[in-house]
Amino acid sequence: MNKMPETHYLNCKKGIKSWLTTVDHKRIGILYLLSIMFFFFVGGMFAVLLRLELLTPDKLYIDSDMYNQFFTLHGAIMIFLFIIPAIPAILGNFILPIMIGAKDVAFPRLNLASWYIYMVGALFAVFSLVAGGVDTGWTFYTPYSTTTSTSVISITLGAFILGFSSICTGLNFIVTVHKLRSPGMTWFKMPLFVWGMYATALIQVLAAPVLGITLLLLIIERVVGIGIFDPAMGGDPVLYQHFFWFYSHPAVYIMILPGMAIISEMITAHSHKKIFGYKAIAYSSLGIAFASFIVWGHHMFTSGQSELAAMIFSFLTFFVAIPSGIKVFNWVATLYKGSIAFTTPMLYTLAFLFLFSIGGLTGIFLGALSVDIHLHDTYFIVAHFHYVMVGGTVIAFLGGLHHWWPKMWGRMYNETLAKISCGLIFVGFNMTFFTQFIMGAQGMPRRYHLYDEAFRPFHAFSTYGSWVMAVGFCLMAYYLIRSLYNGKPAGNNPWGALTHEWQITSPPPEHNFETIPITDHGPYDYDKVVAKSTLTEN
Amino acid sequence: MSQSHSDHPEFLQHHFSDAEQQRESAKLGMWLFLLTEILLFGGLFVFYAIYRSWYPEMFINAHTVLDVTMGTTNTIVLITSSITMALAIRSIQLGRLKQTVWYLVSTFGLAGTFMVVKYFEYAHKFHLGQLPGHFYTFTGIEGTNPHVFFSAYFLMTGLHGIHVFVGMCLILWLIVKTKQGKFSPQYYTHIEMTGLYWHLVDLIWIFLFPLFYLVG
Amino acid sequence: MDTTGTFWMPPGNSTIASEVDGLFYFILYASIIIFTIVIGLTTYFSIKYRRRADAVAHKTDGLDHNLKLEIFWTAVPLILVMIVFVWGFKTYMKISVIPKDAYEIKVTGQKWFWSFDYPEGGNSVNEIVVPVNKPIKLLMDSKDVIHSFFVPEFRVKMDVLPNRYSITWFEATKVGDYTLYCAEFCGKGHSEMIGKVRVVTEEEFEKWSEDLAFSGEGMTLEDFGAKLYVSKACITCHKIDGSNSTGPPWNNLFGKEEKLSDGTSIIVDENYIRESILNPMKKITAGYQPVMPTFQGILKDKQIDALIAYIKSLQEDKSFIKDESLQEDESLKNE
Repeated sequence: MNKMPETHYLNCKKGIKSWLTTVDHKRIGILYLLSIMFFFFVGGMFAVLLRLELLTPDKLYIDSDMYNQFFTLHGAIMIFLFIIPAIPAILGNFILPIMIGAKDVAFPRLNLASWYIYMVGALFAVFSLVAGGVDTGWTFYTPYSTTTSTSVISITLGAFILGFSSICTGLNFIVTVHKLRSPGMTWFKMPLFVWGMYATALIQVLAAPVLGITLLLLIIERVVGIGIFDPAMGGDPVLYQHFFWFYSHPAVYIMILPGMAIISEMITAHSHKKIFGYKAIAYSSLGIAFASFIVWGHHMFTSGQSELAAMIFSFLTFFVAIPSGIKVFNWVATLYKGSIAFTTPMLYTLAFLFLFSIGGLTGIFLGALSVDIHLHDTYFIVAHFHYVMVGGTVIAFLGGLHHWWPKMWGRMYNETLAKISCGLIFVGFNMTFFTQFIMGAQGMPRRYHLYDEAFRPFHAFSTYGSWVMAVGFCLMAYYLIRSLYNGKPAGNNPWGALTHEWQITSPPPEHNFETIPITDHGPYDYDKVVAKSTLTEN
Repeated sequence: MSQSHSDHPEFLQHHFSDAEQQRESAKLGMWLFLLTEILLFGGLFVFYAIYRSWYPEMFINAHTVLDVTMGTTNTIVLITSSITMALAIRSIQLGRLKQTVWYLVSTFGLAGTFMVVKYFEYAHKFHLGQLPGHFYTFTGIEGTNPHVFFSAYFLMTGLHGIHVFVGMCLILWLIVKTKQGKFSPQYYTHIEMTGLYWHLVDLIWIFLFPLFYLVG
Repeated sequence: MDTTGTFWMPPGNSTIASEVDGLFYFILYASIIIFTIVIGLTTYFSIKYRRRADAVAHKTDGLDHNLKLEIFWTAVPLILVMIVFVWGFKTYMKISVIPKDAYEIKVTGQKWFWSFDYPEGGNSVNEIVVPVNKPIKLLMDSKDVIHSFFVPEFRVKMDVLPNRYSITWFEATKVGDYTLYCAEFCGKGHSEMIGKVRVVTEEEFEKWSEDLAFSGEGMTLEDFGAKLYVSKACITCHKIDGSNSTGPPWNNLFGKEEKLSDGTSIIVDENYIRESILNPMKKITAGYQPVMPTFQGILKDKQIDALIAYIKSLQEDKSFIKDESLQEDESLKNE
């Protein structure tokens, strides 16, 4: 049997204070894990409540004002408090320094500060929740957001502050990757997870300041009425949309690139196969990061922008589709002649390929100008971004959580329950959101509290799906928490993988490495090196 | 970052292999931070450009109420402070602690002068009601929506002023630390980083000055 | 829903619908093919190369690139998306360029109803009537926040902005009633900001234009009010079954003492109702948001009188209405 190491980062220091003042990247990752999962739960609750209300075309149990607040909070919490920080701040913090053979990130104190900044931002968001809620939608479109009586200021201030947390993390990762790689870890020997994090960090650093200034302008507009976005004072509400999407479209890639990064790790580790097209995947991450900055206008095809602008944005949008497609084909090719184990992370990887392909392909509909005119602001959009964000990012995140869980805690979870939960989430997700594609194409507008009787069967089925998903998530919470107490010790390398984090104890020691490791083979050289799984050898 | 000390390995954090790596990391981090600052102001510059292209005549009419003499004074003051900041870094590299403190104090003093001049400019505009948005009560400017000019003016110079203030706090802290002998030719990262930040603040003013005071 | 719609798309009843749908189905079928290949190969590899339970850890094939294959799977999607781009753009230009002979209707969106002004001077609320087979140009703006004009069957959607006109057009190809949605989130009544597009024949349209000037002749004031209650969209916010909506319910409203948001109270009489229609922000009933738009310029005096008469008729206890002669007085005044 495997044994837990005697001292590791979890038990080297004790007490709440040692956690709240820690500068260890692994402990900060755990702090993030707890806080982000809490908000995932809150955002999820709102999702279930929303779907419940939409079970019937008429009011079921909440009025329109409450409904509008629920979908706003669901969106704002999920985007700003969960999905943007989830992978970089939890898994990135924990794994990235170990992967490149470093003892910590470049600026450990800045790292801790970023968690505190996150918590302060979260506090503002929670405050807006108790101080009357917000009903603008997570996009805070003007002039609605400057005129509504709800507490827009505190939630935008929250998002503004969260932006800085995200800048701190991004800046830290860029410097870490540039300066702290261990000997032998050349750029093209870096695991693709690191490449993905690096590309993400670039977007975070470049885009978050613009969101910051936009939200600041919105706040100032509300407080002193400077009139930037107010047509009555010579301002322009569409200008807000330009500013907002200049950040928020790259933000979509802040959300999906880390998901792709995890898939590259999982698909190789669980099929013991060298990645197909390493450089193509690495470069496409950078390509996506760059292209994400020049396509923001495709959110505004119906807002009366000029035909020329629409044409350019549509054209550029299709160029973002290509690198994403290349990644998917590379992953599929990686499976060829592999040794594929159906572990829980692998199931999540397969689910990702299925759902992300649908999410990506439906994006083509929306990039096509004339079709977008019809589909814009309908449930088709809702379904599309849930397929990308949940089917892509969240599924990858959950897969990554299961992949690195034994490393984080040193213990395995119950694989049978994990597979059942994965199945429930997959089925529930498709039930919930595939119906929304059909509804949307049929003309069901989004953000509608009451709807036409004709859409009832779709909405009802979608709601049933959300229940299946909810059961899956509850099951996951149960077996993951249980694994902390009586999970079987996982050993150093439960999956038989080659990257650095699997060569040290689980959980890792306080400073990761006794001596800085020397990288002599590539991260996926399964054709040259065999690493035995510590789970099966006993 | 780490507690500094004139003896060498004390200031080195455990996760860096040598002082060079630590210094290089800090430098790269700082440049990235400055990049985010530029983008933050960038949003405001875009805002300025859009409104100026919408209301070109109003901008020209409105800029005449700004005091060019005060603006020029402030420009000279800030450029001089950049020079003294650079000299402070030079002095610490040569290990002249007293000189370093002296240069830092002059930088601090010049920054203070900038703020005082700014205070008089602001006070004058508050008095006349040349204020942003709903607070605009001045009537002497022809053209549409003159309040937009002052929205841009107060937002951009205000944000810049906050940066000057933060810079002053940092310089003050450096003065104390230098006096305590925390820095040496081997370790002066904080002074160097603050210097970079200060040059950026200066640079942003170099753009703000012509955009507001010399529009016509 | 019309039976001519498909599984994916609602019936396409405008001149551009078939082109939009053509592209939609092209992308759909191409996507299904690509998806089938990707998932088919994934499944096939997963089964064929699955790790056997008794397998010892071993080295795997080192295949990590294949230039020809990579060029192939970059080039083919690139060509496909370029086709989609050009096709989408061409139809988009048709949607953007307004035919010269189009019949122009002014559309105003506000929380939470649509109003339409016709070139002949008529006005309608929440119901736009247009002739079939004739291009209709819509000149649109908003009185408050952003709305969006969306008719699924025509595949047309355009944001309605508060500070500038936005323009779109459509040409309906089939007589019938279509739902007009607001597609941009605009607050509490967003999902009830629903209008009707009534496509009629040329003759019917002419007749309807004449009727627009209709001011209730031959109808009792009460009945005319009941008609306006629906056609001017009062029904969106004011219910008559006592239930609370965005605004107070109308039944048993007349003669009631209402608490106002400033703490005072007022008896609901003719003047208060009139004032509330023309200047709704002045006296807000406690417990409701100040969100009602003004109907100044939309409702004529006669129509306001009719609405007052209608509200009175929703009284179960008629004792508040002083006497029958008052109603007669009202109608006399209007003649």
